[in-house]
Amino acid sequence: MEALNLPFIWAGLLAVAVFMYLMLDGFDLGLGILFPFAATDEDRDVMMNSVAPVWDGNETWLVLGGGGMFAAFPKAYAALMPAVYMPIFFMLTALIFRGVAFEFRFKASGSGRRIWDQAFHWGSVIATFSQGLVLGAIVQGITLEDGRFAGGMFDWLTPFSFVVGCSLVWGYVLLGSAWLIIKSEGELLAWSRKVAIAAAGVVLLMMVIVSFWVPALDAAAADQWGLRYPNVDWSKLAPLLPIPALVLVAFVQLVRSVRNHSLYGPYLWSISLFLLGFIGLLIGIFPYIVPYELSFTDAAAAPNAQALLLVGAVIMLPIILAYTAYVYWIFRGKVAADAGYHH
Amino acid sequence: MILLARLQFAFTIAFHIIFPAFTIGLASYLAMLEGLWLKTGRDVFLRLYRFWVKIFAVSFGMGVVSGLVMSYQFGTNWSLFSELTGNVLGPLLGYEVLTAFFLEASFLGIMLFGWQKVGPKLHFISTCVVAVGTLMSAFWILAANSWMQTPAGYEIRDGVFFATDWIEVIFNPSFPYRFVHMVLAAYITTGTVVAAVAGYHLLKGTRTEPSRVMMNMAVGFLAIVVPLQILAGHEHGANVYEHQPIKLAAMEGHWETYESHAPLVLVGFPNEETESNDFSFSVPNIGSLIVTGSFDGKIRGLKEWPAEERPPVGWVFWSFRIMVGLGMIMLFNGLYGAFALWRGTLHQQRWFHRLLMFSAPAGFVALITGWITAEVGRQPWTVYGLLTTADSVSPVTASAVGTSLIVFVFAYTIVFGAGLHYILQMVRRGPDRKIEPRSVPPDEPVLGLPLALGREVPPDPQQR
Repeated sequence: MEALNLPFIWAGLLAVAVFMYLMLDGFDLGLGILFPFAATDEDRDVMMNSVAPVWDGNETWLVLGGGGMFAAFPKAYAALMPAVYMPIFFMLTALIFRGVAFEFRFKASGSGRRIWDQAFHWGSVIATFSQGLVLGAIVQGITLEDGRFAGGMFDWLTPFSFVVGCSLVWGYVLLGSAWLIIKSEGELLAWSRKVAIAAAGVVLLMMVIVSFWVPALDAAAADQWGLRYPNVDWSKLAPLLPIPALVLVAFVQLVRSVRNHSLYGPYLWSISLFLLGFIGLLIGIFPYIVPYELSFTDAAAAPNAQALLLVGAVIMLPIILAYTAYVYWIFRGKVAADAGYHH
Repeated sequence: MILLARLQFAFTIAFHIIFPAFTIGLASYLAMLEGLWLKTGRDVFLRLYRFWVKIFAVSFGMGVVSGLVMSYQFGTNWSLFSELTGNVLGPLLGYEVLTAFFLEASFLGIMLFGWQKVGPKLHFISTCVVAVGTLMSAFWILAANSWMQTPAGYEIRDGVFFATDWIEVIFNPSFPYRFVHMVLAAYITTGTVVAAVAGYHLLKGTRTEPSRVMMNMAVGFLAIVVPLQILAGHEHGANVYEHQPIKLAAMEGHWETYESHAPLVLVGFPNEETESNDFSFSVPNIGSLIVTGSFDGKIRGLKEWPAEERPPVGWVFWSFRIMVGLGMIMLFNGLYGAFALWRGTLHQQRWFHRLLMFSAPAGFVALITGWITAEVGRQPWTVYGLLTTADSVSPVTASAVGTSLIVFVFAYTIVFGAGLHYILQMVRRGPDRKIEPRSVPPDEPVLGLPLALGREVPPDPQQR
């Protein structure tokens, strides 16, 4: 085990878990955001039914993100959580209402049902926005003293984190509409395509804004990108230019795939866009896990703790991915529009 | 601040613990029902499965969302605890996510919505996988909890805990007892609820056949498992005696040390001012016998420790008694029920059906009071004898914790109030009458249909 760079591996695994979460729970939160804007109740049934069998598994990646950080980087977990206390709390409360809405919605009738529809929608919106706030608060940097959080309770609330929150809402809308393109038919499908195009445009704009903003947040992030405004260090920036270039490619391909009525294309290109944005953010904060104070090597748990859990992760993650894929495969295909038909 | 953080933890976990405990038992019960249905082909087992699986879905959903809160609360409210113990507890919780949470969450989808998508055998396997997942989850979380109660296999450097032997960490001294005690408690809680639902429907005279089957299964189960639980609880108590004598003294209400022939305090009001029990009633001599197995056993009293190292005695003393008392009621329900079943009079005795019905909350209350005994009893420590609760708390403001506590109370009241309402609604409706051939053409995959579990049964897989 000594030969392995455990903190580096764990930082990578944690990044993968977070990205899996964005990729999977992103679309079902996105559906929740879009929920009230669908044309008919039948459409809403289709939307909800298309994610009902899988949302629980999707959300588990969030638990893995939190649990994995606690296990592999306890110092970072202890330093970050108090810093983002309030947005985490908003997110959890929102996820409670949203999660139970899946079950309650079909047990309730009349006005009760309307209430759980609203809970599903607003829970999704607030959870997403709060996740954006958390992400923004982490990227803009956390105030630590002796490795412990020493900032104010409202440090997370800044124009930057607000913009990241809005970006994530649009990002999930994009993923949600792309998912719906796979799962829906008829008018709902046509509507999903329109939403996907619009959301893609907004997401691209937001990515540009955030990209130029990150180097202004902290000198460390600026040096990562070679953008110490107004100076540009081309030796650093040039090797990274393929990332924005690929973003453009992904965007063009995304719009094209929607126009060509591709089934899986829009979703795949959307997650490519997400992946590139995610990599861009990680480059800005590298090698910090609590920007710009605590690097992932300094925050690492004892080697034997990281090693023990790594054994579990190496064995279990492929199995988890396999049965997750199997469940998606079982529930593959379009969701019938006559969901409420038999009652 | 620390009080608020503790209140928040106590409140959120007391709510949370109800659902996993119920679903651990229910998942195994469902696996049993589906297995019996596959084996015997009797309709009634399938009807029961479909009835309980709806209730399972709601409970499970509430367990998931309240559990998510728990997993982040370690960091938000108890960040120092997380920082200092993360090297030891982190991997245990990590393993819980990797081996249990994903398994449960993924196969739950098949269990609830997969009737038309997979065959009956595969569906049965999914149910079993979910049941195993709930048990694995209990394994890891109780390993972590037990380690906090009876730490082992660790060393401390600069105040930070490091594991030296993982086997000792996981199988720490109190873990086997706690695990058995908790899993049996979960099973009994479910069994008590099943018996109560059966009693309710037999009293109403509706759904007679499935209710009789439920009642037979439940009382038979209780008659076997409650005595086992009492035995397990006793062994667990002996373990507490050995490793956490202060907690035991508080449970027993002993202020003085008895070298031998300690009395058994049945009731009383522990008074922390006078360091004695007000209005107590005790049976002489048998306290030593029950705890240590011998009249000559020594029991240490609370006065041996300074007041600041003692837990709040009244809480521990009374919660323990409530748990034991409820255990006795459930023991009676099981033994008498089994006796009546053997005599063939079980289905006629209305007073007993009523008793079973009113016993519905007994398992839950016993579970929570047992948990209070264990967790309040180890105060003022988070890691027993090593890290105090006061040194575990986050550097956040009291107003932040207080506000979030108020909102949690508000949100939980709405959400769990609604959940309870829907569960009771389903209970009142009871199992569906007959499995009718569905109007749905079976070859048409209608993903939407099975979601409406609360209102509609999924089409009969036998029709495929």
